[in-house]
Amino acid sequence: MSHAATTVPGHDQSHPELGFIRRYVFSLDHKVIGIQYIVTGLLMALVGAALATLIRLQLGWPERTWPLLAQLLPKGYAGGVMAPEFYLAVVTMHGTIMVFFFMSYVLVSGFGNYLVPLQVGARDMAFPLANMLSFWIGALSALLMIASFFVEGGAAAAGWTAYPPLSAVATAVPGSGMGQTIWLLSMAFFIASFTLSGLNIVATVFSVRAPGMSMWRMPLTVWSYFIASILGLLAFPALTAAAVMLLFDRHAGTSFFLPAGLVVGGRHLTNSGGSPLLWQHLFWFLGHPEVYVLILPALGIACDIIPAFTRKPIFGYRLSVWCLVAVGALSMVVWGHHMFVSGMSPFTGEYFSIATMTITLPMTVFGVNMLASLRGGAIRMGVPMMFSCAVLALFGSGGLGGLYLGNATADMQLTDTYFVVGHFHMMIGGVTLMATFGGLHYWFPKMFGRMMNETIGKAHFWLTFTPFFIIFFMQHFLGIQGAPRRYYAFTAYDFLRETRIQNLVVSSCAMVLIASQSLFVVNFVWSLFRGAPAADNPWEATTLEWTTSSPPPHDNFGQAELTVHRWPYEYGVESGDRDFADQRVPPGRVPVTA
Amino acid sequence: MSTQTSVFHSSTVALLFAGLGLGGAWYGASIVMPSLASRHGAGIDSMLSYLLVTTGILFVAGYCALAWFIWTGARRRRIDQRLTRRRTEWLVSGALGLAVGLIAEGGVLAIGMPVWSEYFDATPPADAVTVEITAQQFLWNVRYPGADGQFGRNSAAAMDDVSNPLGLDRADPAGRDDVVTQNVMAVPLGRAVRLRLRSKDVIHSFFLPNFRVKQDIVPGMTPEVVFFPTREGSFEIACSELCGLAHYRMRGFFDVLSPAAFDRWLAEQATPTAGGPR
Amino acid sequence: MMPVARPAAWDGGVCPFAAGWQRVLMWWFIVGDGLLFGAFLAAYGYARLIATTWPDSSVVFSLPYLAAMTLVLNTSSAMMASGVAAARRGAWPTARRWLLATTLGGVLFLGMQADEWRHAIAAGARLSGNPWGDASFGAYFFLITGFHGTHVLLGVLILTIATARVATRRATPLGIELVGLYWHFVELVWVFIFTLFYLL
Ligand code: HEM
Ligand SMILES: [Cu+2]
Ligand SMILES: [Cu+2]
Repeated sequence: MSHAATTVPGHDQSHPELGFIRRYVFSLDHKVIGIQYIVTGLLMALVGAALATLIRLQLGWPERTWPLLAQLLPKGYAGGVMAPEFYLAVVTMHGTIMVFFFMSYVLVSGFGNYLVPLQVGARDMAFPLANMLSFWIGALSALLMIASFFVEGGAAAAGWTAYPPLSAVATAVPGSGMGQTIWLLSMAFFIASFTLSGLNIVATVFSVRAPGMSMWRMPLTVWSYFIASILGLLAFPALTAAAVMLLFDRHAGTSFFLPAGLVVGGRHLTNSGGSPLLWQHLFWFLGHPEVYVLILPALGIACDIIPAFTRKPIFGYRLSVWCLVAVGALSMVVWGHHMFVSGMSPFTGEYFSIATMTITLPMTVFGVNMLASLRGGAIRMGVPMMFSCAVLALFGSGGLGGLYLGNATADMQLTDTYFVVGHFHMMIGGVTLMATFGGLHYWFPKMFGRMMNETIGKAHFWLTFTPFFIIFFMQHFLGIQGAPRRYYAFTAYDFLRETRIQNLVVSSCAMVLIASQSLFVVNFVWSLFRGAPAADNPWEATTLEWTTSSPPPHDNFGQAELTVHRWPYEYGVESGDRDFADQRVPPGRVPVTA
Repeated sequence: MSTQTSVFHSSTVALLFAGLGLGGAWYGASIVMPSLASRHGAGIDSMLSYLLVTTGILFVAGYCALAWFIWTGARRRRIDQRLTRRRTEWLVSGALGLAVGLIAEGGVLAIGMPVWSEYFDATPPADAVTVEITAQQFLWNVRYPGADGQFGRNSAAAMDDVSNPLGLDRADPAGRDDVVTQNVMAVPLGRAVRLRLRSKDVIHSFFLPNFRVKQDIVPGMTPEVVFFPTREGSFEIACSELCGLAHYRMRGFFDVLSPAAFDRWLAEQATPTAGGPR
Repeated sequence: MMPVARPAAWDGGVCPFAAGWQRVLMWWFIVGDGLLFGAFLAAYGYARLIATTWPDSSVVFSLPYLAAMTLVLNTSSAMMASGVAAARRGAWPTARRWLLATTLGGVLFLGMQADEWRHAIAAGARLSGNPWGDASFGAYFFLITGFHGTHVLLGVLILTIATARVATRRATPLGIELVGLYWHFVELVWVFIFTLFYLL
């Protein structure tokens, strides 16, 4: 503690003599840590995608047998048929991995670490050591989560929401044995890691901005990370508490979430006094803000890509910032909309419904600002821009889906159906995925000094966005037809007969979607070694990271003094042969407009 | 520099968004819900119709606007106007935001709230058929109070999956005429249905798609739902909260019968040979 | 818009309120950790609301003893403040004495806490139940006081290290101040626990 002196972070950190391990493995450099997070997250995404394949094979062709899978996964596919317990474990782990280990890592911790110091003009994060710790704790938690597949009973199977008693009683479902315990431990590590990196982002934005980088000159990306990190810090403690209590219930004989009189599988439990509903409150107190922790950075990234490709300042910058603040604040008080039919009082339900609906106001304003930013632009439809338009499109349709679900009366029919699955995949799946791809194409040259291939990128966009949209758009309507989520098959019910064809279409699109990600992998790896060398500012953009070399030096901006003179959206101005002025261009050369 | 892109390419992207918007609306309009069979369900359906129409319009408008901006933007080499006045920005976005907010909030208050309170405040009429549903992995235990209108005592301690799944106190006279079935239930048309829901083990959710009834059953809580069937027929009960391996086939049958047929059915269930406590 | 020459608090180049990133980090850590306690206490409140037979804690615990525990921690926290002030003045020997006293206060509190647990366990309190009423009572008691005790233990370790660093002249005023922030926080949380768990 007490050695924490008052040095300005990063100022004395040019250690050219560092060896490979200190430079690339246990690195303190926010750029290396960011890339480490991104790569880890992308690897986890491959796991998540493999799990999605298994889910969609099962739902698209429920009566088929899969001899090949039986050989690969003898336990999960005994006799070539997917075991229901394996299905549930796969669904649970798919959700967990995608939300926490793909999106949180790539988008929040990965891009956040890489971009925030660069964009505020800092030499590194406020506290690099904590940053490194954050990554390695995070990597450990990812490994632990994967390892849970191999324990007795298999991975956790109670859904990513882990509702007790299903998740609390070991005999309720096979995954609630060791698998659930490891799930909880892994989540605890995840939260520790996420908290460390969130603290760092907040402190960096708060206290180590470059001279002239006032709050109203921060790019929307930085604003979104700032708000998202604060949200994370405020919301995650509730899940930590819940996870600790669930571990106690599972292993120490407490009854925090277990009421009296449970008879599970014929066995009488001796617990008494607890409430399963308490878990739901704690979980969603985190869970709802968490979805905004993920989506705000995605929106921020799209907002910074769009002006560079329309050559026009963003529309309604300050208004958008206020929207981020408002959404962040409101998201702390609406968690109950996940529990409309849980049995909480109808008055509470009405409150949560009305409160939820107020979020549509700032969310719509934000979306309209993004849309209006396209209007009148001189659009260059590069790959990052294509994905940013997809962000906007999915944000729109996901938000409109939210209007159904936030409406308690409509939600009564739609909750726990595929409508919810469609809704949150549009948002937490799609908006974030599109922003991830857009962001990777956009900042790849900065990170690695090479361009990604445009042609493959375009093909990848078409084969990703189109099937993605079809899949999750259709799932909304599966929900309207009443198809419940987390079903191993839709074959047991007459009223679900008619969803057969739709599930087939959804599964087929899913196969196209997943297969076409190989295009991205190829593009990524190929470009890493063979991509065209990148200029310092290939997109003619204005934010600070484009004013340094590609990739940036260890201390980000070299020895030169760094002063910020303007806001980040100075496009469409006269500046010699350019139509933009980056944030470092002094007012004497180009007039400052904000 | 690779920054210029072809007009043709941008136009295809614009067409993609327009196509998805229009195609999506066309597809959505072709979907029908499970056929309606309850009174309050009509309210829920009108709530949903309201949303389908309003959001449908917003959806198509938004996607077409996106497509249009891309289409025209791709043909522009220089931007016309650099900055919008801040007042204009606030007015445009604020107005649209307020409009959507009003659509959302207005729907909740004007259409949703009355339905919500009709459903939750419904005091069961005196002649309501009371049925107790006890969910367990993976079936629905159904119990009718019988002629005396009284359920017999039961307790968790006495529950035994084979001999006494409901833990009935066989000595209680009120329980003598209770009728117990599994996974099948029937109600008479013309009377309200009052369900007392409970769960023995994990959370289940009692879902009657045709009746627009869905209620989680959290162990330790005993939620009740009241609703009015509006037509005879044979319907399905689904579980809509993940409860374990056979969640996907925790199927029950819910028949709405004529009053005479219902009485006959109940009498049949009461004879031990036909059903009764297993 | 705004000329850059005048570096106002939020204009970049300086940390607002001249706080320095270390204090900012510490404050946000405290907010997060405080919310963790908040979540436990909220859960406890929820359990207590739905419980039918919540024990009367004045029957179970000795309030004078608890008041003494509270006093010990409060005093320790006050001594910490003196230590921080001394460190800021550069009066390191004084600071060392205050820190030592603070640490001893923490140790004494831990001892009393352990004794209270011993009593409770001897009287039959367990994680799974207790002789006085609702089973959650014991569970929340051990959970919340245990979690707080862990914080005190951690604080004692940090204080010991800080004292040693003061003795070997390696401490900075800022470092001592951060330790102080944490220690005040631990004390403040105890006041909440004392009020919500023992008094109400
Ligand atoms: C207009 C804004 C939004 C509204 C009104 C809204 C409303 C809702 C409601 C009411 C639910 C619960 C549905 C149910 O379980 O019955 C829900 C679920 C969900 N929403 Fe949203 N939402 C909005 C935006 C978002 C955003 C921006 C994200 C993510 C980035 C998101 C992610 C999710 C997720 C992940 C779930 C499902 C969690 C689960 O049950 O597994 N939503 N939303
Ligand atoms: Cu939510
Ligand atoms: Cu179920």
